[in-house]
Amino acid sequence: MAKIEFKNVGHSYDQNAKIPAYALKPFSLSWEDGGRYALLGPSGCGKTTMLNIMSGLITPSEGTVFFNDKNITSVKTEQRNIAQVFQFPVIYNTMSVFDNLAFPLKCRKFSNSQIRTKVNEVADILNLSSVLNLGAKGLTADQKQLISLGRGLVREDVAAVLMDEPLTVIDPDLKFKLRRKLKEINSKYNTTLIYVTHDQNEAMTFAEKIIVMDSGQIVQRGSSKELFESPSTTFVAYFIGSPAMNIFNCSIENNELVLGRFKLKIDTNLDQIKSNELKVGIRSEFIDLSDKPTENSILAKIKSNEDFGNYILLTCEFDNLEIKVKIKREQVITSETTYLILSKNRLCLYEKEKLIN
Amino acid sequence: MKLVTHNLTFKPENEYFLNKVSLEFEAGKLYTLLGRTLSGKTSLLKTIAGLQPIDTGNITFEGKDFSSVPVWKRNVAMVYQEFINYPHLSVYDNIAFPLKQRKIKTSDIENEVSVAINKVGLSGFEKRKIQELSGGQQQRVALARSLVKNAKILLLDEPLVNLDYKLREGLRDEFKNIFSSDLSSHSILIYASTDPLEAMQLNGEIIVLDEGEILQSGTAKDVFENPSNIKVAEITNDPAMNVIKGNIDSNKIILNENISFDVPVHLKDIQAGSYHFGIRASDMFLDTKGFDFNVDIAEISGSETFLHLHQNELNMVLLLEEVKNFNDQDNIKINFNLKKLYVFDEKGDLQFSPFTMS
Repeated sequence: MAKIEFKNVGHSYDQNAKIPAYALKPFSLSWEDGGRYALLGPSGCGKTTMLNIMSGLITPSEGTVFFNDKNITSVKTEQRNIAQVFQFPVIYNTMSVFDNLAFPLKCRKFSNSQIRTKVNEVADILNLSSVLNLGAKGLTADQKQLISLGRGLVREDVAAVLMDEPLTVIDPDLKFKLRRKLKEINSKYNTTLIYVTHDQNEAMTFAEKIIVMDSGQIVQRGSSKELFESPSTTFVAYFIGSPAMNIFNCSIENNELVLGRFKLKIDTNLDQIKSNELKVGIRSEFIDLSDKPTENSILAKIKSNEDFGNYILLTCEFDNLEIKVKIKREQVITSETTYLILSKNRLCLYEKEKLIN
Repeated sequence: MKLVTHNLTFKPENEYFLNKVSLEFEAGKLYTLLGRTLSGKTSLLKTIAGLQPIDTGNITFEGKDFSSVPVWKRNVAMVYQEFINYPHLSVYDNIAFPLKQRKIKTSDIENEVSVAINKVGLSGFEKRKIQELSGGQQQRVALARSLVKNAKILLLDEPLVNLDYKLREGLRDEFKNIFSSDLSSHSILIYASTDPLEAMQLNGEIIVLDEGEILQSGTAKDVFENPSNIKVAEITNDPAMNVIKGNIDSNKIILNENISFDVPVHLKDIQAGSYHFGIRASDMFLDTKGFDFNVDIAEISGSETFLHLHQNELNMVLLLEEVKNFNDQDNIKINFNLKKLYVFDEKGDLQFSPFTMS
């Protein structure tokens, strides 16, 4: 197991260009031994490039990569002791489950008894013991993905398990089970797990620390709670959460926030503001309804409501602006208008797209 | 205008792709086929399009036999998971393609294509090559091409599944608007999905499929409120509904040696015996006077916390509407919103629901 460290690592695919077009802009970051991380971002944000630099599939055009303080920047993938799990399970269809799991050990000339012990142990953790003697071909998608994962785990010396969208092909209710397994493994073997995904829910439910990326750079690093409650840029506010955070242009007058024709109080210290490029955001989950005006309330018209089963999503309108509000399914809506309470401690203020603390 | 499938069965090897599928589709409605992978969704769409054979059964459209109509005469448009476009053509030419095939007047083609381009939000992109578009834009092109065909039957096979999460969210909203516009009044729309939230949001008729068989069909609200059996309750909820084996004896519900409670009002007519009890993760809550459970794993997702819990052999998932940190194996006390308790019989069929059953 290893601590992974990037020092000023950056990558540009066209290294002859005068001004490098970075797929990954230079940055420094370390991943602690035994940590559970997610790299989260839209297609083309650089997350897979980052993963490929870790695994050695790509040599970065700039910077140095360390595993446990050892410079491995130019060490080949095979010598890095990395286990990789991809979007689609990679298994040997003609072999039994046992032989699939034993394969990496056989290649490294382990004795038969060592192989048996290790394979049985991993199969036990992954709930594959009962299918060990079956052919791998007939298994379900999640079992196949467990085998891919198991092949990485049978080697005790793996520095980290790197996963690129490993749950994409798995049905929703099975994702739960697989994620749970990953966490069990993480706590039992103290394996460093790094998980690449575009799906915020996967990242948030899986990782202790999430690294959010956009356009080749890291925009925020934090826990699910931090990313949700205080997104550091308007991009993170949009990208994390479903629906995206409600965000509006606003201005400041007499130490109050002006949003359309409403004036709102806010907990943020407004003295630090230098420009008039301001936006204010609030999560649809943090808005309460009221039938009479209260502090920090705005009057809005209810345009539509969508039943999602576990909750109802209201689309409301005020001053030609649209605002989404999540409410409980049991909550009864009787009138066409409502006051929306935008609590002052729930408002996030952005200057030039960056959060003001 | 009606599309009727009658007893469609297809069993190429040992497994049923379709098993006695009988359905009626009406114009102006959106139907969502909801099921796990390999449940028969794609098979059914392909059969309607004429791209997959059947062993027995038949399809009629507007009262006439459809099975013998060749694919190109079926007036069906299909959008696939993969964004299928002509890579060498521009956005405009990709969308105009089916109309040009039909030798329609150029000015009419221009009109139709521009309407479709507006609908899918691609104005200004007419001259772009397909490779210059993002995945979401490419899928819009495929959708626009299927719209200009003015097909009477529009089939969408998990059209958003290969898109980024955020794009999916946005496009799903747009699709819903496109579907609810004039298009749907003269056509039948069938949309396949594995995602219960997506099916709820599309808010049409839901058809739940499993192993090639129809388990239930009805409005989104109906299927959510009254899942006809345990399987449906699992497929239509994320996380799946908690289902626990237990007994009713002398007006008490007994789940195990530690958990029992009085029979709630909506179940007052129930008889003593063995049942399966169902409760959604969102209908459980923390309660200092509740039952002891241990936390296996706590997962935080945005504003919610999923708690995977166990007590002896009993495993449950609880959804908390707040963000709260727990340690593994923490001992917590929880309770159930008994007004929301479902009862299934030993075979797994729904007996009592917290909502009025139609």
